[in-house]
Formats: sequence, C-alpha cells, structure tokens
Amino acid sequence: MMDFIASVGRRGLHILERLGRAHLFLLQMLIALPSLATRFSLVVKQLFSSGVMTLSIILVSGLFVGMVLGLQGYNILVGFSAEESLGIFVAKTLVRELGPVVAGLLFAGRAGSAMTAEIGLMKATEQLSGLEMMAVDPFKRVFAPRFLAGFIALPALAAMFSAVGVFGGYLIGVELLGVDAGAYWSQMQASVDFKEDVMSGLIKAVVFGFVVCWIAIFEGADCVPTSEGVSSATTRTVVYSSLMVLGLDFLLTAIMLSV
Amino acid sequence: MPVNTQTLQSDSLVSIKDLRFSRGSKTIFDGLDMQIPRGKITTIMGPSGTGKTTLLKIIGGQLKPASGSVVVDGLEVPKLNRRDLYTLRKRLGMLFQSGALLTDLTVYDNVAYPLREHTELPERLIRHLVLMRLHAVGLRGSRDLYPAELSGGMARRVALARALMLDPMMILYDEPFTGQDPISMGVLLQLIKTVNEALNLTSLIVSHDLAEAMSISDYVVIISGGKVIAADSPQGLRDSDSDWVRQFLNGLPDGPVPFQAPAQDYASDLFSTESSA
Repeated sequence: MMDFIASVGRRGLHILERLGRAHLFLLQMLIALPSLATRFSLVVKQLFSSGVMTLSIILVSGLFVGMVLGLQGYNILVGFSAEESLGIFVAKTLVRELGPVVAGLLFAGRAGSAMTAEIGLMKATEQLSGLEMMAVDPFKRVFAPRFLAGFIALPALAAMFSAVGVFGGYLIGVELLGVDAGAYWSQMQASVDFKEDVMSGLIKAVVFGFVVCWIAIFEGADCVPTSEGVSSATTRTVVYSSLMVLGLDFLLTAIMLSV
Repeated sequence: MPVNTQTLQSDSLVSIKDLRFSRGSKTIFDGLDMQIPRGKITTIMGPSGTGKTTLLKIIGGQLKPASGSVVVDGLEVPKLNRRDLYTLRKRLGMLFQSGALLTDLTVYDNVAYPLREHTELPERLIRHLVLMRLHAVGLRGSRDLYPAELSGGMARRVALARALMLDPMMILYDEPFTGQDPISMGVLLQLIKTVNEALNLTSLIVSHDLAEAMSISDYVVIISGGKVIAADSPQGLRDSDSDWVRQFLNGLPDGPVPFQAPAQDYASDLFSTESSA
C-alpha cells in the first residue's frame, strides 16, 4: 500500500517537474524571439517546412470536410425547407469550429510530429550540444524560429481550410444538389460576422498554433536522446497536442459564447 | 596516488579542484583534482562509465558540478553567467564523437557556420578561411557533400576544421579514435598533433584507445571511481609500479577493478529461495 502511495507521489512529482521545465522552456523561447528580427530568413525556412509542406493535406481535408458539410447540411435543412441557408451552415461551422480545430489537429500530426522528431534527432546526434559549444544559443537559432513559424502558419492554414471547405460545400450544395447559388453566397455574406465568427476562429487558430508548437518543440528538446526516446516523444507530441486542441477549443468556445 | 607533478607546468590552462558531481544516486566524481597544462596534449583515460565525457561537459560549462572549482584560463566556469560562458566557449573548440555536424548544411556551410554566427566578415573572406581549414584537414574536395555522405573519420575531420574556425585556445576531443580504420586513425592522430603544435593550442582528449592516445600525449590522466588514479607522462605511466595502472595499461581482466560486479555472496545467492534475479 505504501509502495502504491509512493509511486503515485513520484509520478505526480515527475509530472509537476516536467510542467515546470516546459514553462521555463517557453519563457526562454519567448525571450529569444526578438533575436529573430535580424535573422528572419530562419523563420522563412521553417515557414516553408511547417506551413507550405502542410498545405496539401490541409487543402484536401478542407475540401472533403466542406463537401460532407454540404451533404449533411442539405439533408437536415431540406426537412425544414431551409436549404437556401446551406451557405450560412457551412461557413459558420467551418470558420468558427472546424477550420481551426481540424487544421490544428492536422498541423499537430504533420508539422508538430516532424518538429519533435527533428529536434529530438538533433539532440540525439549531439547537434544541439555542438551548437552550444560553438557559443550558438539553440533557443535563438533552432527553437524560436520553429515556434514563430508555426505560430504564423497555423492561423493561415486554418483560414485556407475554411475557404476551401466553403467551396466544397458550394460544389455539393449548389452544383450537385441544386441550391440556388445566389442564396448560398448572399445568405453567407449577410450572416457571417467578421468579429463574432471570423475573429473567434482566428483567435482559436492562434492559440492552437502557440500550444501545438510549444508542445512539439519542448518534447523534442526534452526527449531521451535515443531512437526509442525520439519515437515516444513524437507520439507524445501528437497525443498531447490533439488533446490540448480539443480541450482548449471547448474552453475558448465557452468563453466566447459567454462574452 | 602516483601523480608526477614534475611533468606539470606551473602554468595550467584548466585547473580542477575537489570536483563533485552525481547523476541521480550515482556518484560520478568524488573530489576530483586535475591540472591540464597549457600548450600540451593531455589525455584522460579510464574504464567505461567513469564520467570522462561528463568531465568534458563540465569543463565546457554544459553541466554544473555539485561542488568544487573548475577554472579555465582564469575563469571559474560553474559561476559564469550565460554571456561570459558563451564568450569563453568561443575560445574552446569541442569535437564530439559523432562530429555533431548540422545535417541540413553542407560541409562548407558547416565549417563556415561559426564565422557567420559570430562575425560580420564578408563572404569572400569567409570562403578563403573555410577553404584553408578544409585544406588543412584534407577535405577541400568534399566541401559540397552533406554530413550523411561522410564516413565517421571524415565527419570528425570536418568537425575539427569547424572547431578551428574561431581560433580557439583549447580543443576538447571526445573519443576521437573510436571506430576508425587504421588509415583514418593515422590521419586523426597526425592532425591532432600537428594542429596542436602549429596553432599553439592546448588539447584535451578523452579516449579508450590506449596505444594511440599514449603515442601523441604529453600527459596522461587515468580516472576511476570518481578520482584521479594516476597522472603522468606516457613513459612515467609505463614505468609505474601501481597495480591499478598496470591493470589498465595491460588490459588485465581482474585486479583493482574487479571482474565481478558487486554482488552478495555467490553460494548464498545460488541457494537463495528468491525467484527474482
């Protein structure tokens, strides 16, 4: 019994210690951000690998999610003879919820896991130690550029996800099922509010970008420097980031609806 | 402890006193004292797991000791703030066992990296300096290769070229001879020796490879159990009558370092009723 209590205590302490390390790590990363002003090329390079390389999966997924919304929405709305409102249904769902959330999940799976694996391997092959011994701060040259790039990329990817999704809804609703094109676009234009809908989606995407990149980079830098350590760190990145995206989405939605 | 202070110059570049360091519950250094003479090649040897690489990391300020003093060129390393530590590191070159080259950069860009990070030199001048260093290690022709395309020995030579870029006062080598073929080993030995003489450096090598390390070292330190067991010139060690030094130099399986890991009595262990190992 005592052993059990002791093991629970040890586990708790381990989690707390790791949380502390993660926050100190974040602080050091934020302090290193201003140094990127003189070396923005590092951020551009990371924007390419985490943003542009994730674009294809985001666009394809966005199209299919939009098409499914078109189909499901039409079938529900037609029961109330309200199929003309399909544009509102598709756009609001995408811009407020599915855009940032699904883009966040895909980003964690595609770019977050890659960041963790890359940084973990840099640690395992002593590249990070090598940089430190050359008097180059890995926070300034390795971690901060990836953090900032992911932070910029995710809101842009979420916006593109929503845009392509709206087009997918149009393809199914208007082109296939015969909803009036004018009604689809004009009702969308009239009821999607910039502040309430677009901004709330954008804020979510910014928060998810922050959290996913933080988790991905910390897991990479904190991993056990072996092949097994890197692989379990990569798994943890995807699991923790996905849970954080879903949990934070609920929290942010609750806050936004109550304000 | 047969420490021959005669071979020590009064002028030490690195001076370690009463160093204590533990990892978890395992004590790595338990009151270690060591002097590393300026301008010489010093090799640290010892059985696996004695913390030789850890010692390099403590000298480079990557690990902090629990207590004790580590003075490098007059600076107390564990007490330096980040900025001073980074200034000191610009004057220390470190060669990791794997080379630690940046895998997304070519050989040329890897060698140019420290200059691009720390200086504002024009690209033409950087090119001259990089080619000179690459020529010195014999790899000017491999400048466009990526680290994944290099053999282990070549990667270490590139890393040496990179470590020399900022004209350091000391180079730390972590197991430079491990897993090298005889030619590659010969190249590395010659490079370490000539570089040390030509640039008037201080070299600190951590190695298992007894014959190779002894052949180029001016001074050898053997550590075990968290302490210095012997420190002398290679000839002085060969003449040593210490059981410990003899076991180490002759590779004897049993002696002061026992063959058996510490365990309970063999007979009682065999007849014990416990099912666990």
